[in-house]
Amino acid sequence: MTANSSAGMAAVIVTAIATILIGMYGVRAVRTTGDFYVASRTVTPWWNASAIGGEYLSAASFLGIAGLVLAYGTDMLWFPVGYTAGYLMLLVLVAAPLRRSGAYTLPDFAEARLESTVVRLTSSVLVVAIGWLYLLPQFQAAGLTLRTVTGAPAWVGPVVVAAVVLVSVLGGGMRSITFVQAFQYWLKLTALALPVVFILLAWQSDGRPELATPEEPAFTDRTAVEITTDVTIDVTDPVTVRADGTIDGEPIDDELTLTSGEHDITAGSVLTFPAGAQIPHASQLTPMSGEHWALPMRSGGDHPLYSTYSLILALFFGTMGLPHVLVRFYTNPDGRAARRTTLTVLALLSLFYVLPPLYGALGRLYTPELLLTGRTDAVVLILPGELVDGAAGQALTALITAGAFAAFLSTSSGLTVSVAGVLSQDLLGRRVRNPVTGFRLGAGLALLIPVGLALSSPTLSIADVVGLAFAVAASSFCPLLVLGIWWRRLTWPGAVAGLITGGGAATAAVTTTIVLGPQDGWLGALLAQPAAWSMPMTFTVMIVVSLLTQRHVAPGVDRTMVRLHTPENLDLDRGDWDPEDRWRHP
Amino acid sequence: MTERVTVTGPRRRRPRARRQAVAAEIDAQTQLGEVYMRALLRAQLRLGLTVAGVVFGLVALVPLAFTFAPRLTDLELLGVPLPWVVLGGAVYPVLITAAWFYVRHAERIERDFAEMVGRR
Repeated sequence: MTANSSAGMAAVIVTAIATILIGMYGVRAVRTTGDFYVASRTVTPWWNASAIGGEYLSAASFLGIAGLVLAYGTDMLWFPVGYTAGYLMLLVLVAAPLRRSGAYTLPDFAEARLESTVVRLTSSVLVVAIGWLYLLPQFQAAGLTLRTVTGAPAWVGPVVVAAVVLVSVLGGGMRSITFVQAFQYWLKLTALALPVVFILLAWQSDGRPELATPEEPAFTDRTAVEITTDVTIDVTDPVTVRADGTIDGEPIDDELTLTSGEHDITAGSVLTFPAGAQIPHASQLTPMSGEHWALPMRSGGDHPLYSTYSLILALFFGTMGLPHVLVRFYTNPDGRAARRTTLTVLALLSLFYVLPPLYGALGRLYTPELLLTGRTDAVVLILPGELVDGAAGQALTALITAGAFAAFLSTSSGLTVSVAGVLSQDLLGRRVRNPVTGFRLGAGLALLIPVGLALSSPTLSIADVVGLAFAVAASSFCPLLVLGIWWRRLTWPGAVAGLITGGGAATAAVTTTIVLGPQDGWLGALLAQPAAWSMPMTFTVMIVVSLLTQRHVAPGVDRTMVRLHTPENLDLDRGDWDPEDRWRHP
Repeated sequence: MTERVTVTGPRRRRPRARRQAVAAEIDAQTQLGEVYMRALLRAQLRLGLTVAGVVFGLVALVPLAFTFAPRLTDLELLGVPLPWVVLGGAVYPVLITAAWFYVRHAERIERDFAEMVGRR
């Protein structure tokens, strides 16, 4: 084991142990949910905002954005912009009413507003679907990180993260510990911000080379590339390399001319390219010339304008429908604080999201071999070690690894708690009598399925899969929340019809893309970025069906509107629905 | 010696009575109460949709501008290409400003509503 990998290993172990310990400490500090409820009143918007940021910044933000920027350039900047703007849309459309509803989960909200258990059940199924879709890339990223930093087999990462999450969730619930999540935000910010300073200095002392030369990327020097996962590469110009390992199933240790077309390279092979050789890309990546890389509207496949708008819609309106976001709003004392917290969250996210694109851009210059190995998502982990020598480089790599692990752990804990809660309350409920056993079973199930998927499904770009989860959320819960909060005539049959058609269609499109891979032409664009058609579809179905079923308008809707929209300091009758009842009378 | 004047507040009772009346109207879900509630909802929704619409509209212009005025993408600011300046940095202050504007005005709408209904 090299010095670099032991530093990385140490970072992973420290982060994991700290998370488990804090989870256990949390049990002692927060004995009852009531304590949590009371504690939530004393948390200031500042801490709360840090906690929301800590939970929100996932593997997609920490690793995925930089990887996408490395491969596809300018267009990928929409991801961080959309992740941030999602909180603006959440703020102006739902933040305060959502907090005032007192709902703890999305199914809670649906039931309270529409007074129907059918809509609750439908929401529960969708929460689980979105949760799994969001957890999948977290686990894939964990596998990638452990393998990059320590050389461990790909299955170790998902299993380690799932185990740590399970222990901490079952031990005490990360959810109750605002300060842990808050700390995670600052850890993640430091872990990206500090190395960036060194990287920029290294680039500066290198004479600030041009980031994007107009041609396709090429090796500047003679470069040996070690292949650590099996990869199929697409060679455009024949190139003679020195190969040691297994190419196209043949063992070889000699000069070899790679002809145009696809070649399978087995893990463990080393290819040494001559200086100036064009870099063959892994077959799942589309090569881009530097000129196109630096320009917008070049990477959206056949229909860049449609794909860009659909992505913008999904990211802008998906955030409010993510299962783990609503839980955090509950720790705001009131609706006004919820707004102020969201404003702070926007500022904190803006601060963070300036950083990942820098890694992507400099990574294209200094670690272009990732285009060949196809593991572009690893650029954040590799770049500091590549540019900064010696102990400083190792320390920076360890810091980044710790940050990445914090990202997987915080987001997957938040999601696991949400998914497990929904699974145990709404889907397992009647079959398991003891609620604690139910929650444990739910947590196990919540983790088992995405870990299984992460181990078996083809490697997709982390940020892409997360983008798909946003598309489903934007086509299901965004319309439910917006119409539920602002439109009295929404009925439960309307909501259910919308969730099933729009949410279902988006889920189907997304699943097709994940299982079959990207398709060509208009069909491919519509399936890969469904939000632009599925979100309006949900809105339309919800509105039309509601208008047709007006006798099902919730009887208490006027009272619910008072509850959602009036400031808490006014002495008004807000109805007797109280989600905290279930904590007081278990 | 100046003349002593008794300072009284004769106007205090009437507004309080009115305030309580509004709260009671809302609680009883009378037509008048509903008028107050609908006014609050409409004001908040209009504000929310305006901010969302303006920001979304501005952002939605960016891909259009890059597609139909490709010369924009050749511009540079301190050596950084314009698309990177806009999407990698300049957009964030816009989002934060919009959020700040929204929070200020949403709170003002609530203050006005609270004035009308009366605090606890």
